This record gives sequence, structure tokens and C-alpha cells, in this order.
Amino acid sequence: MTALVIAEHNNAELNPATLNALAAARAIGDEVDVLVAGSGCEAVAKAAAAAEGVRKVLLAEAAHYENVLAENLAPLIIAVAEPYEHLLAAATTTGKNVMPRVAALLDVAQISDIIGVESNDTFVRPIYAGNVIATVKSADAKKVITVRTTGFDPVAASGARGSVESIDAVDDTGLSKFLGEELTKSDRPELAAADIIVSGGRGVGSSENFALIEALADKLGAAVGASRAAVDAGYVPNDYQVGQTGKVVAPALYIAVGISGAIQHLAGMKDSKVIVAINKDEEAPIFGVADYGLVGDLFKEVPALVEALDKK
Amino acid sequence: MKILVAVKRAIDYNVKARPKADGSGVDLANVKMSMNPFDEIAVEEAIRLQEAGKAEETVAVSIGPKQCQETLRTAMAMGVDRGILVETNDEMQPLAVAKLLKAVVEREEPGLVLLGKQAIDDDSNQTGQMLAALLGWPQGTFACGLELGDGSAAVRREIDGGIQTVELKLPAVITSDLRLNEPRYVKLPNIMKAKKKPLDTLTTDELDVDVAPRLSLVKVAEPPARKGGIKVPDVETLVDKLRNEAKVI
Repeated sequence: MTALVIAEHNNAELNPATLNALAAARAIGDEVDVLVAGSGCEAVAKAAAAAEGVRKVLLAEAAHYENVLAENLAPLIIAVAEPYEHLLAAATTTGKNVMPRVAALLDVAQISDIIGVESNDTFVRPIYAGNVIATVKSADAKKVITVRTTGFDPVAASGARGSVESIDAVDDTGLSKFLGEELTKSDRPELAAADIIVSGGRGVGSSENFALIEALADKLGAAVGASRAAVDAGYVPNDYQVGQTGKVVAPALYIAVGISGAIQHLAGMKDSKVIVAINKDEEAPIFGVADYGLVGDLFKEVPALVEALDKK
Repeated sequence: MKILVAVKRAIDYNVKARPKADGSGVDLANVKMSMNPFDEIAVEEAIRLQEAGKAEETVAVSIGPKQCQETLRTAMAMGVDRGILVETNDEMQPLAVAKLLKAVVEREEPGLVLLGKQAIDDDSNQTGQMLAALLGWPQGTFACGLELGDGSAAVRREIDGGIQTVELKLPAVITSDLRLNEPRYVKLPNIMKAKKKPLDTLTTDELDVDVAPRLSLVKVAEPPARKGGIKVPDVETLVDKLRNEAKVI
């Protein structure tokens, strides 16, 4: 019984979310292989082969795999799926895009966003924005799974000596074409991987005022996040969004500034180790999940906090 | 071109769901239900395409109990031309929904199918992708922009690091993300008008689809509660707590 984990990467580097997906695969108790599909991505295959517990890496290289289009990746996964009982990917936008397509082609259910493994057919996943935790059992012969990265500690990135085996590409379906990408450029850590996150909400008031949040983030070496309200108001791009429909994060420290704490937002951050809330409304629901709450005007408290962090 | 838009009746987004005391499921008794917010965005997009002259007809489809008629009426009050209800009282999981939608697509032959990217009840985020797979169509998931060309669609997609743009051959399946548009408010006269629009009802048997659930619910539970925290009087205390108590900075 072996599991196949679909690697996420940008053709140069293995995305660390893959290490969390590998951890979930290992929790199922299987031997684990990895599929790396891309273009000029041999370095990624080597990195995947070194990850803890990896037996073998299947490497498929073709120009039409360069941008991980679901229409082309799904048939490739189907072509190699036969020996595997479990097919897993991290629940990133890539995994969420591709895996249901794979599941449908295999005529099986997908188990989305798992945060726990009970047995090789029974898994734990949040529903209703994380307000309910469901345990579900699959009746399918093959299980297609996406893994919520915050649910599993990553396996070690190095130490294993898995083999790398090149496999044939499947023909380009011609259904879709990559036109371009606008990636948010930032010197700050990525939200998904950051140890500390400072997030701003509607209370921040404007795009310009977000400089306050950024200044605090930079003081702490933190990533910058936002609530849906702040995104909807246009203060920051959508990929900053933490919540049910944005990113789900669980850093060591999460500082929520001017965020009231809607269900939707709490769903994305309430597994953080330590939560700090700064809000002028002492009744705000965010204080219900915060370890440390500071009631006050963020425009006064945030600069004061930056200053206080400077003092030893 | 005809556009088919799928809408789900789901718990209202302002309502906090709770497990039943015996853990056998989610307590939905007397809970307010509404159109899944992402599907509302899909409906709005369909109507805008029609208003822009890109589509001749818009059809909404919903799968579930009789009450889904209300959801379809909402879509029609927003502006969709007619509705199709696939009526069933059984639990429909995403694969079954995708198979039913495929059967409806084969009857209606739309050039584009729009859906919300996920429903806020089971948070599966699967149906659109599965439907595209079953039809052998391309998929534009998590769309924040959509431009219809001649035989193709350019879709701007919300991805983890930013925005990706892809070109899809039509027919295609598109799933909407939050920023695709802002759905309109329904005006009272339109609610009245919607009552007169055609609404057909089909059954899962008529569509001859295997809708057996593949996942069984073992149990549901409340998530582990966070312990109540403390309020700190000032930033100095906060920094001290973070350094010396929580030890996170």
C-alpha cells in the first residue's frame, strides 16, 4: 500500500506545503512516492527525493506542465494512479484546483482539507468555516485527499534518499493555456510559512494606513495579513486574506489589528499558538479568542508597540 | 450563448453552525438558509454577461429539497431567465452533484457553466472542478475576472501568490471567487416578476445518475475551544507578556 503525493513547486523549488502533505501521507501509514510534474524541474525532484519518508519520485517533464494547468496535470496523475490507494496534495490553490478533477476522473469522492488521519479510510476535516469538525469515512477504493497544511507538522526536508524515475508525459489536452501571472512581490515572509503574522482589518481605515501594520510586521520580521473586510474595502490585495475563503494560517504569534473577528476570519487563524488583538471595541469577538487583548485606538497603540519593541 | 449557473441553498453566512448534541450531524433546525454567497456572485456574473450581450439566455439550476425553489426564485429575481430544480431529499455529495449537473448540461447545452468556488457549509471546493472533469471541459477556478472572446474565455484566477490568467477553450466551467463582482440587491418588483418565470422540476431518477454517497459521516464535534485570554493595560505589558510569558518574540 503506497501513497502518492503531488508535489507543489515553481519548477525551481519545492513548495514547503508539500512537506505537510507528506506528513499526512506518512500518518496514513503508507510508503510514499511523490509526483513532480513541470518543466526543467529536476532540482525539485531531487529536493522531493530527499524529504523524509519518500521512497521514489516520479518526474514528468514537458512544456505543458510548466504552469500546472489542471486540464493537463489531472490526466497525468490518472496515468500513474493505478498502484496507489491514496493520492494527496496540499490544500493550496493548486491542490484545490487539480485534485477534484482527478477524483472525478477516478469516479471517487475527494476528501478536502483534512486536518487529521484516523485510519487509512477515515479522516478529520473542518466544515462550516471551522465551527464544526467532521470525521468522515470513505467507501472508495482510492482516496483523493487535500491536506490543510496547518493540520500536520512538516516532515524533514532532507535526509532521505529516494530514487528519481523519469516518466512519460501525457499529451497536451489543448483545453487551456497559461497567459500570465502577477505575483505579489514582497521581502516579507510568506503568510503560509510565517512564524509571526500581523493582520489588519477594516479598522485600519485605508490602504495608506496599512503602512502602520507593515511597520509593525517589519519590526517583528512578520508576514502581513488582512481580514476579508480589509480586502473587500480595497486596502490590500486578496492574497493577503486570512479566513475561511482566504488562507488558513497557524503561526506562533498572530496579531490582529482593527479586526472585529467575524466567524469567517476566525476560521483562518484560530489555531495560531498565541493570538494578540488590538481593537478599540472591547466587545469585539476577536477578544474571545485572543490570549492577550489590548483595548485601544490602533493608531496610537500600534506605533507605541513598535516603539516598545525597540526597548529592551 | 446560453449560460447555466448552479446555486446551492446553504446556511446563511451570518449564522454560526453547531454540532447536534449527539454528534450525529450539524444542527440545522430553524436555521436561516440563503443562497451560498459564492453562487450569488456566479449568478451576478451570468446576468452581467447577458446584459453585455454576451449571452442570450441564463438558466439557474439547484439540487436539493423543495425549498431550493426559493433559492432559484432569488436567482430569477436577480435576473436569471428561468430555473431548474433537481429535487431530492437525499444528501448529495459533490461528485453526485457534479454528475447531476453534467446530465443537466447535456440537456441544456450551455456554452458556459458558472458556479461558486465553494459552499460555505461543507467547504468542499470540488463541484466545479468535478463537473469540468466529467464533461472534459477546461476549468477556470477561483475567478476574479472573466472575459469572453470568440470561442475562448480569459480568466483571471486568485492563486496563493497573486493572480494567474489562463485562456480556456469554450465551453468551459468557471467558479467564482469573492472579487469577481458585487452581487446586486434584489428589488421588490423583480421578486414579483420572478414568481412568473418558468421553473422546471426534475428528479435524480429522470437524469439516470448514480448519486450514492461515497463518504459517510462518522461524527461531528465542536472544534477545541481556545482558553480565554487576558486584557493587558498597555503596550509595555503586552511586550513583556509576549517576551517572558508566551516567549514568542
